[in-house]
Amino acid sequence: MLFLPGNNPGILQNAALFGADCVILDLEDSVSPAEKLAARNLVRHALGSVDFGEVEKIVRVNATTTPFFRQDLEILRSRPDAIMLPKVNSAQDIIDFDALASGIEEDEGMPKGSIYLVPIIETAQGVLNVWEIAKASSRIVALNFGAEDFSASVGCQRTKEGSEIFHARNSTVLAAAAIGVDAIDTVFIDVDDEKGLIEDTQLAKKLGMTGKAVIHPRQVDPIHSVFAPTEKEIDHAKRVVAALKEAKEKGSGVASLDRRMIDAPVAARARRVLELAVAMNLMDETETGLGGDA
Amino acid sequence: MVEGKNFGMELRKAGCAGTLESSDIMITIHPGNGEGIEIVLESPAKQQFGKAINSAITESLMAIGVHSALVEAKDRGALDCTIKARTETAALRAAEMDDDEVRAKK
Repeated sequence: MLFLPGNNPGILQNAALFGADCVILDLEDSVSPAEKLAARNLVRHALGSVDFGEVEKIVRVNATTTPFFRQDLEILRSRPDAIMLPKVNSAQDIIDFDALASGIEEDEGMPKGSIYLVPIIETAQGVLNVWEIAKASSRIVALNFGAEDFSASVGCQRTKEGSEIFHARNSTVLAAAAIGVDAIDTVFIDVDDEKGLIEDTQLAKKLGMTGKAVIHPRQVDPIHSVFAPTEKEIDHAKRVVAALKEAKEKGSGVASLDRRMIDAPVAARARRVLELAVAMNLMDETETGLGGDA
Repeated sequence: MVEGKNFGMELRKAGCAGTLESSDIMITIHPGNGEGIEIVLESPAKQQFGKAINSAITESLMAIGVHSALVEAKDRGALDCTIKARTETAALRAAEMDDDEVRAKK
Protein backbone atom coordinates (compact mmCIF):
# COMPACT_ATOMS: atom_id res chain seq x y z
CA MET A 1 0.00 0.00 0.00
CA LEU A 2 1.77 3.11 -1.28
CA PHE A 3 1.15 6.46 0.37
CA LEU A 4 0.91 9.32 -2.13
CA PRO A 5 0.67 12.99 -1.07
CA GLY A 6 -2.77 14.22 -2.00
CA ASN A 7 -1.64 17.66 -3.12
CA ASN A 8 0.89 16.54 -5.73
CA PRO A 9 -0.72 16.26 -9.18
CA GLY A 10 2.40 14.87 -10.87
CA ILE A 11 2.42 11.92 -8.48
CA LEU A 12 -1.34 11.35 -8.36
CA GLN A 13 -1.71 11.13 -12.12
CA ASN A 14 0.93 8.40 -12.24
CA ALA A 15 -0.50 6.39 -9.34
CA ALA A 16 -1.03 3.28 -11.45
CA LEU A 17 2.60 3.14 -12.57
CA PHE A 18 4.39 2.49 -9.28
CA GLY A 19 3.60 -1.21 -9.04
CA ALA A 20 1.71 -1.03 -5.76
CA ASP A 21 -1.35 -3.18 -5.11
CA CYS A 22 -3.12 -0.13 -3.79
CA VAL A 23 -2.42 3.57 -3.40
CA ILE A 24 -3.35 5.70 -0.43
CA LEU A 25 -4.24 9.22 -1.59
CA ASP A 26 -3.28 11.11 1.51
CA LEU A 27 -5.12 14.11 2.93
CA GLU A 28 -3.51 13.79 6.37
CA ASP A 29 0.14 13.91 7.36
CA SER A 30 1.65 14.69 3.94
CA VAL A 31 -0.56 17.76 3.46
CA SER A 32 -0.06 20.99 5.42
CA PRO A 33 -3.09 22.55 7.15
CA ALA A 34 -3.06 25.44 4.68
CA GLU A 35 -3.37 23.06 1.74
CA LYS A 36 -6.05 20.63 3.02
CA LEU A 37 -8.73 22.21 0.80
CA ALA A 38 -6.44 22.11 -2.25
CA ALA A 39 -5.56 18.45 -1.63
CA ARG A 40 -9.18 17.47 -1.11
CA ASN A 41 -10.19 19.07 -4.41
CA LEU A 42 -7.27 17.50 -6.26
CA VAL A 43 -7.96 14.01 -4.92
CA ARG A 44 -11.67 14.37 -5.71
CA HIS A 45 -10.96 15.29 -9.29
CA ALA A 46 -8.25 12.65 -9.64
CA LEU A 47 -10.65 9.92 -8.47
CA GLY A 48 -13.07 11.05 -11.14
CA SER A 49 -10.69 11.07 -14.09
CA VAL A 50 -7.25 9.48 -13.54
CA ASP A 51 -6.94 5.90 -14.79
CA PHE A 52 -5.83 3.85 -11.79
CA GLY A 53 -6.01 0.57 -13.70
CA GLU A 54 -6.24 -2.44 -11.36
CA VAL A 55 -4.75 -0.50 -8.44
CA GLU A 56 -7.09 -0.08 -5.49
CA LYS A 57 -7.72 3.48 -4.38
CA ILE A 58 -7.78 4.35 -0.70
CA VAL A 59 -8.11 7.87 0.70
CA ARG A 60 -6.59 8.62 4.10
CA VAL A 61 -8.75 11.32 5.65
CA ASN A 62 -7.84 13.46 8.61
CA ALA A 63 -8.60 12.20 12.10
CA THR A 64 -12.12 12.61 13.48
CA THR A 65 -10.82 15.06 16.09
CA THR A 66 -9.54 17.53 13.47
CA PRO A 67 -11.49 20.38 11.84
CA PHE A 68 -10.88 18.76 8.44
CA PHE A 69 -12.61 15.41 9.00
CA ARG A 70 -16.20 16.35 8.13
CA GLN A 71 -15.18 17.99 4.85
CA ASP A 72 -12.86 15.08 4.06
CA LEU A 73 -15.79 12.67 4.35
CA GLU A 74 -17.33 14.21 1.23
CA ILE A 75 -14.62 12.35 -0.72
CA LEU A 76 -16.81 9.26 -0.36
CA ARG A 77 -19.01 10.76 -3.08
CA SER A 78 -16.06 10.26 -5.45
CA ARG A 79 -16.19 6.51 -4.76
CA PRO A 80 -12.76 5.51 -3.57
CA ASP A 81 -12.44 1.80 -2.85
CA ALA A 82 -11.80 2.46 0.83
CA ILE A 83 -11.21 5.10 3.44
CA MET A 84 -8.24 4.91 5.78
CA LEU A 85 -9.14 6.37 9.16
CA PRO A 86 -6.21 7.48 11.34
CA LYS A 87 -5.89 7.64 15.12
CA VAL A 88 -8.74 5.22 15.79
CA ASN A 89 -9.08 4.86 19.55
CA SER A 90 -12.28 2.90 20.08
CA ALA A 91 -15.14 1.02 18.50
CA GLN A 92 -17.24 4.17 18.82
CA ASP A 93 -14.96 5.93 16.31
CA ILE A 94 -15.82 3.19 13.83
CA ILE A 95 -19.53 3.22 14.63
CA ASP A 96 -19.66 6.99 14.16
CA PHE A 97 -17.80 6.77 10.85
CA ASP A 98 -20.08 3.99 9.69
CA ALA A 99 -23.16 6.12 10.31
CA LEU A 100 -21.75 9.13 8.46
CA ALA A 101 -20.57 6.99 5.55
CA SER A 102 -23.93 5.23 5.29
CA GLY A 103 -25.65 8.61 5.07
CA ILE A 104 -23.47 9.67 2.16
CA GLU A 105 -23.87 6.31 0.42
CA GLU A 106 -27.65 6.59 0.69
CA ASP A 107 -27.56 10.15 -0.58
CA GLU A 108 -25.47 9.08 -3.58
CA GLY A 109 -27.50 5.96 -4.33
CA MET A 110 -24.58 3.71 -3.46
CA PRO A 111 -25.08 0.35 -1.74
CA LYS A 112 -24.68 0.69 2.00
CA GLY A 113 -21.27 -0.48 3.12
CA SER A 114 -19.81 -0.34 -0.39
CA ILE A 115 -16.96 1.93 0.69
CA TYR A 116 -14.58 -0.14 2.76
CA LEU A 117 -12.64 0.99 5.81
CA VAL A 118 -9.06 0.55 7.00
CA PRO A 119 -8.62 1.80 10.57
CA ILE A 120 -5.11 2.81 11.53
CA ILE A 121 -4.11 1.48 14.94
CA GLU A 122 -1.53 4.03 16.05
CA THR A 123 -2.34 5.12 19.58
CA ALA A 124 -2.07 3.43 22.96
CA GLN A 125 -5.87 3.35 23.21
CA GLY A 126 -6.15 1.95 19.72
CA VAL A 127 -3.85 -0.96 20.51
CA LEU A 128 -5.68 -1.71 23.75
CA ASN A 129 -9.07 -1.60 21.99
CA VAL A 130 -8.04 -3.19 18.69
CA TRP A 131 -10.31 -6.25 19.01
CA GLU A 132 -13.39 -4.09 19.68
CA ILE A 133 -12.37 -1.82 16.82
CA ALA A 134 -11.88 -4.70 14.40
CA LYS A 135 -15.35 -6.11 14.91
CA ALA A 136 -17.19 -2.79 15.00
CA SER A 137 -18.07 -2.66 11.31
CA SER A 138 -18.38 -4.99 8.35
CA ARG A 139 -16.78 -2.25 6.24
CA ILE A 140 -13.38 -3.09 7.74
CA VAL A 141 -11.20 -5.00 5.26
CA ALA A 142 -7.84 -4.49 6.94
CA LEU A 143 -6.18 -3.09 10.04
CA ASN A 144 -3.09 -0.95 9.55
CA PHE A 145 -0.60 -0.58 12.39
CA GLY A 146 1.16 2.79 12.46
CA ALA A 147 4.38 2.70 14.48
CA GLU A 148 5.47 6.32 14.19
CA ASP A 149 2.40 7.86 15.80
CA PHE A 150 2.14 4.90 18.18
CA SER A 151 5.66 5.57 19.47
CA ALA A 152 4.78 9.21 20.04
CA SER A 153 1.56 8.13 21.77
CA VAL A 154 3.31 5.91 24.32
CA GLY A 155 6.54 7.88 24.54
CA CYS A 156 8.82 5.06 23.45
CA GLN A 157 11.90 5.36 21.27
CA ARG A 158 11.36 4.20 17.71
CA THR A 159 14.05 1.79 16.49
CA LYS A 160 14.66 -0.25 13.35
CA GLU A 161 14.93 -3.39 15.45
CA GLY A 162 11.34 -2.81 16.57
CA SER A 163 11.10 -4.41 20.01
CA GLU A 164 9.18 -1.35 21.23
CA ILE A 165 6.35 -2.08 18.80
CA PHE A 166 6.32 -5.87 19.10
CA HIS A 167 3.23 -6.10 21.29
CA ALA A 168 1.33 -3.55 19.21
CA ARG A 169 2.18 -5.36 15.97
CA ASN A 170 1.11 -8.67 17.48
CA SER A 171 -2.14 -7.18 18.78
CA THR A 172 -2.99 -5.89 15.33
CA VAL A 173 -2.27 -9.26 13.74
CA LEU A 174 -4.35 -11.10 16.37
CA ALA A 175 -7.39 -8.89 15.94
CA ALA A 176 -7.15 -8.97 12.14
CA ALA A 177 -6.81 -12.75 12.09
CA ALA A 178 -9.66 -13.23 14.54
CA ILE A 179 -12.03 -11.20 12.40
CA GLY A 180 -10.63 -12.46 9.09
CA VAL A 181 -9.20 -9.30 7.58
CA ASP A 182 -5.74 -8.26 6.41
CA ALA A 183 -3.10 -6.93 8.79
CA ILE A 184 -1.00 -4.21 7.17
CA ASP A 185 2.32 -3.42 8.81
CA THR A 186 3.71 0.02 9.51
CA VAL A 187 5.87 1.99 7.09
CA PHE A 188 9.67 1.81 7.12
CA ILE A 189 10.74 5.42 6.97
CA ASP A 190 14.40 5.06 5.91
CA VAL A 191 13.88 4.88 2.14
CA ASP A 192 17.61 4.48 1.52
CA ASP A 193 17.96 1.35 3.66
CA GLU A 194 16.69 -1.50 1.49
CA LYS A 195 18.33 -4.16 3.64
CA GLY A 196 16.63 -2.81 6.72
CA LEU A 197 13.31 -2.66 4.88
CA ILE A 198 13.58 -6.31 3.84
CA GLU A 199 14.49 -7.41 7.38
CA ASP A 200 11.61 -5.40 8.84
CA THR A 201 9.21 -6.86 6.28
CA GLN A 202 10.43 -10.40 6.94
CA LEU A 203 9.75 -9.90 10.64
CA ALA A 204 6.30 -8.50 9.89
CA LYS A 205 5.52 -11.51 7.71
CA LYS A 206 6.70 -13.90 10.41
CA LEU A 207 4.36 -12.22 12.87
CA GLY A 208 1.43 -12.74 10.52
CA MET A 209 1.18 -9.42 8.76
CA THR A 210 -0.29 -9.85 5.29
CA GLY A 211 0.99 -6.62 3.77
CA LYS A 212 2.99 -3.48 4.44
CA ALA A 213 2.46 0.21 3.87
CA VAL A 214 5.22 2.08 2.03
CA ILE A 215 6.14 5.72 1.53
CA HIS A 216 8.26 5.52 -1.62
CA PRO A 217 7.82 3.61 -4.89
CA ARG A 218 11.28 2.06 -4.59
CA GLN A 219 10.06 0.15 -1.53
CA VAL A 220 7.34 -1.70 -3.47
CA ASP A 221 9.44 -4.39 -5.16
CA PRO A 222 11.43 -5.42 -2.06
CA ILE A 223 8.19 -5.86 -0.12
CA HIS A 224 6.59 -7.87 -2.89
CA SER A 225 9.65 -10.13 -2.92
CA VAL A 226 9.24 -10.85 0.81
CA PHE A 227 5.52 -11.55 0.72
CA ALA A 228 5.60 -13.55 -2.50
CA PRO A 229 5.43 -17.31 -1.92
CA THR A 230 8.59 -19.14 -2.98
CA GLU A 231 8.59 -21.74 -5.73
CA LYS A 232 9.06 -24.40 -3.06
CA GLU A 233 6.08 -23.12 -1.08
CA ILE A 234 3.91 -23.02 -4.20
CA ASP A 235 4.94 -26.51 -5.22
CA HIS A 236 4.17 -27.87 -1.76
CA ALA A 237 0.81 -26.12 -1.71
CA LYS A 238 -0.12 -27.63 -5.08
CA ARG A 239 0.80 -31.09 -3.79
CA VAL A 240 -1.36 -30.56 -0.67
CA VAL A 241 -4.32 -29.50 -2.80
CA ALA A 242 -3.82 -32.45 -5.15
CA ALA A 243 -3.66 -34.86 -2.19
CA LEU A 244 -6.88 -33.45 -0.74
CA LYS A 245 -8.62 -33.81 -4.08
CA GLU A 246 -7.44 -37.39 -4.48
CA ALA A 247 -8.63 -38.30 -0.99
CA LYS A 248 -12.03 -36.81 -1.69
CA GLU A 249 -12.36 -38.68 -4.96
CA LYS A 250 -11.56 -41.93 -3.17
CA GLY A 251 -14.16 -41.15 -0.55
CA SER A 252 -11.54 -41.03 2.16
CA GLY A 253 -12.11 -38.65 5.05
CA VAL A 254 -8.38 -38.27 5.64
CA ALA A 255 -5.74 -36.97 3.27
CA SER A 256 -2.01 -37.35 3.71
CA LEU A 257 1.15 -36.15 2.03
CA ASP A 258 4.62 -37.53 2.63
CA ARG A 259 3.12 -39.77 5.34
CA ARG A 260 1.77 -36.79 7.24
CA MET A 261 -1.91 -36.11 7.71
CA ILE A 262 -3.20 -32.96 6.10
CA ASP A 263 -5.24 -31.24 8.77
CA ALA A 264 -7.44 -28.15 8.36
CA PRO A 265 -4.74 -25.53 9.12
CA VAL A 266 -2.36 -27.14 6.59
CA ALA A 267 -5.09 -27.19 3.97
CA ALA A 268 -6.01 -23.57 4.67
CA ARG A 269 -2.38 -22.48 4.47
CA ALA A 270 -1.94 -24.25 1.14
CA ARG A 271 -5.03 -22.56 -0.29
CA ARG A 272 -3.78 -19.19 0.90
CA VAL A 273 -0.34 -19.70 -0.69
CA LEU A 274 -1.92 -20.54 -4.03
CA GLU A 275 -4.37 -17.63 -3.87
CA LEU A 276 -1.49 -15.26 -3.10
CA ALA A 277 0.57 -16.71 -5.95
CA VAL A 278 -2.30 -16.06 -8.34
CA ALA A 279 -2.83 -12.54 -6.98
CA MET A 280 0.87 -11.78 -7.49
CA ASN A 281 0.81 -13.21 -11.04
CA LEU A 282 3.21 -16.00 -10.11
CA MET A 283 0.88 -18.63 -11.50
CA ASP A 284 -2.37 -18.92 -13.36
CA GLU A 285 -5.56 -19.69 -11.46
CA THR A 286 -6.10 -22.79 -13.58
CA GLU A 287 -2.84 -24.29 -12.30
CA THR A 288 -3.83 -24.19 -8.64
CA GLY A 289 -6.15 -27.15 -8.57
CA LEU A 290 -8.50 -25.09 -6.42
CA GLY A 291 -12.03 -25.10 -7.60
CA GLY A 292 -13.47 -28.01 -5.78
CA ASP A 293 -13.45 -28.28 -2.05
CA ALA A 294 -9.68 -28.47 -1.70
CA MET B 1 -17.81 20.78 -4.17
CA VAL B 2 -21.33 21.08 -5.48
CA GLU B 3 -22.70 22.44 -8.74
CA GLY B 4 -23.32 26.14 -8.24
CA LYS B 5 -25.50 27.01 -11.17
CA ASN B 6 -28.24 28.40 -9.01
CA PHE B 7 -26.23 30.74 -6.89
CA GLY B 8 -23.43 33.25 -7.38
CA MET B 9 -20.12 33.17 -5.56
CA GLU B 10 -18.80 36.61 -4.68
CA LEU B 11 -15.08 36.99 -5.05
CA ARG B 12 -13.76 39.27 -2.35
CA LYS B 13 -10.00 39.23 -2.92
CA ALA B 14 -7.31 37.52 -4.99
CA GLY B 15 -7.17 33.76 -4.44
CA CYS B 16 -4.35 31.47 -5.52
CA ALA B 17 -3.91 27.72 -5.79
CA GLY B 18 -1.39 25.32 -7.35
CA THR B 19 2.34 25.52 -7.91
CA LEU B 20 4.86 25.93 -10.70
CA GLU B 21 5.94 22.28 -10.34
CA SER B 22 5.76 20.00 -13.35
CA SER B 23 2.22 18.69 -14.06
CA ASP B 24 0.65 21.47 -11.97
CA ILE B 25 -0.93 24.82 -12.79
CA MET B 26 -0.85 27.97 -10.69
CA ILE B 27 -4.20 29.74 -10.80
CA THR B 28 -4.68 33.24 -9.41
CA ILE B 29 -8.24 34.58 -9.48
CA HIS B 30 -9.09 38.25 -9.02
CA PRO B 31 -12.60 39.68 -8.67
CA GLY B 32 -13.88 40.63 -12.14
CA ASN B 33 -15.35 43.86 -13.45
CA GLY B 34 -18.72 42.30 -14.20
CA GLU B 35 -17.87 41.56 -17.81
CA GLY B 36 -17.38 37.83 -17.81
CA ILE B 37 -14.33 35.62 -17.24
CA GLU B 38 -11.02 36.86 -18.63
CA ILE B 39 -8.11 34.42 -18.66
CA VAL B 40 -4.44 35.31 -19.08
CA LEU B 41 -2.72 32.03 -19.86
CA GLU B 42 0.96 31.21 -19.79
CA SER B 43 1.65 27.67 -21.02
CA PRO B 44 4.39 25.87 -22.94
CA ALA B 45 1.59 24.15 -24.86
CA LYS B 46 -0.55 27.23 -25.37
CA GLN B 47 -0.87 26.73 -29.09
CA GLN B 48 -2.00 23.10 -28.86
CA PHE B 49 -3.98 23.16 -25.64
CA GLY B 50 -4.67 26.80 -24.82
CA LYS B 51 -8.31 26.58 -25.85
CA ALA B 52 -8.87 23.41 -23.82
CA ILE B 53 -7.17 24.88 -20.74
CA ASN B 54 -9.26 28.04 -20.95
CA SER B 55 -12.43 25.94 -21.36
CA ALA B 56 -11.59 23.87 -18.28
CA ILE B 57 -11.04 27.01 -16.22
CA THR B 58 -14.22 28.69 -17.47
CA GLU B 59 -16.36 25.56 -16.96
CA SER B 60 -15.06 25.13 -13.43
CA LEU B 61 -15.84 28.72 -12.52
CA MET B 62 -19.30 28.66 -14.07
CA ALA B 63 -20.10 25.41 -12.26
CA ILE B 64 -19.47 27.00 -8.87
CA GLY B 65 -21.28 30.21 -9.68
CA VAL B 66 -18.44 32.54 -10.66
CA HIS B 67 -19.47 34.54 -13.71
CA SER B 68 -16.99 37.37 -13.55
CA ALA B 69 -13.28 37.11 -12.80
CA LEU B 70 -9.77 37.84 -14.01
CA VAL B 71 -7.76 34.62 -14.03
CA GLU B 72 -3.99 34.35 -14.33
CA ALA B 73 -2.99 30.79 -15.21
CA LYS B 74 0.60 29.57 -15.31
CA ASP B 75 0.50 26.06 -16.68
CA ARG B 76 3.22 23.45 -16.30
CA GLY B 77 1.57 20.59 -18.17
CA ALA B 78 -1.44 20.05 -15.92
CA LEU B 79 -4.15 17.53 -16.78
CA ASP B 80 -7.78 18.58 -16.95
CA CYS B 81 -8.52 17.27 -13.45
CA THR B 82 -5.68 19.34 -12.00
CA ILE B 83 -6.77 22.49 -13.83
CA LYS B 84 -10.31 22.11 -12.49
CA ALA B 85 -9.18 21.30 -8.95
CA ARG B 86 -6.81 24.28 -8.76
CA THR B 87 -9.42 26.62 -10.27
CA GLU B 88 -12.03 25.59 -7.70
CA THR B 89 -9.59 25.99 -4.83
CA ALA B 90 -8.43 29.43 -6.00
CA ALA B 91 -12.04 30.57 -6.37
CA LEU B 92 -12.98 29.39 -2.90
CA ARG B 93 -9.99 31.20 -1.46
CA ALA B 94 -10.92 34.33 -3.42
CA ALA B 95 -14.42 34.09 -2.01
CA GLU B 96 -13.08 33.40 1.49
CA MET B 97 -15.33 30.35 1.63
CA ASP B 98 -14.75 26.71 2.35
CA ASP B 99 -16.69 23.68 1.10
CA ASP B 100 -19.15 23.68 4.00
CA GLU B 101 -20.22 27.24 3.29
CA VAL B 102 -20.80 26.46 -0.39
CA ARG B 103 -22.91 23.42 0.53
CA ALA B 104 -24.99 25.41 3.00
CA LYS B 105 -25.87 27.96 0.34
CA LYS B 106 -27.31 25.35 -2.03
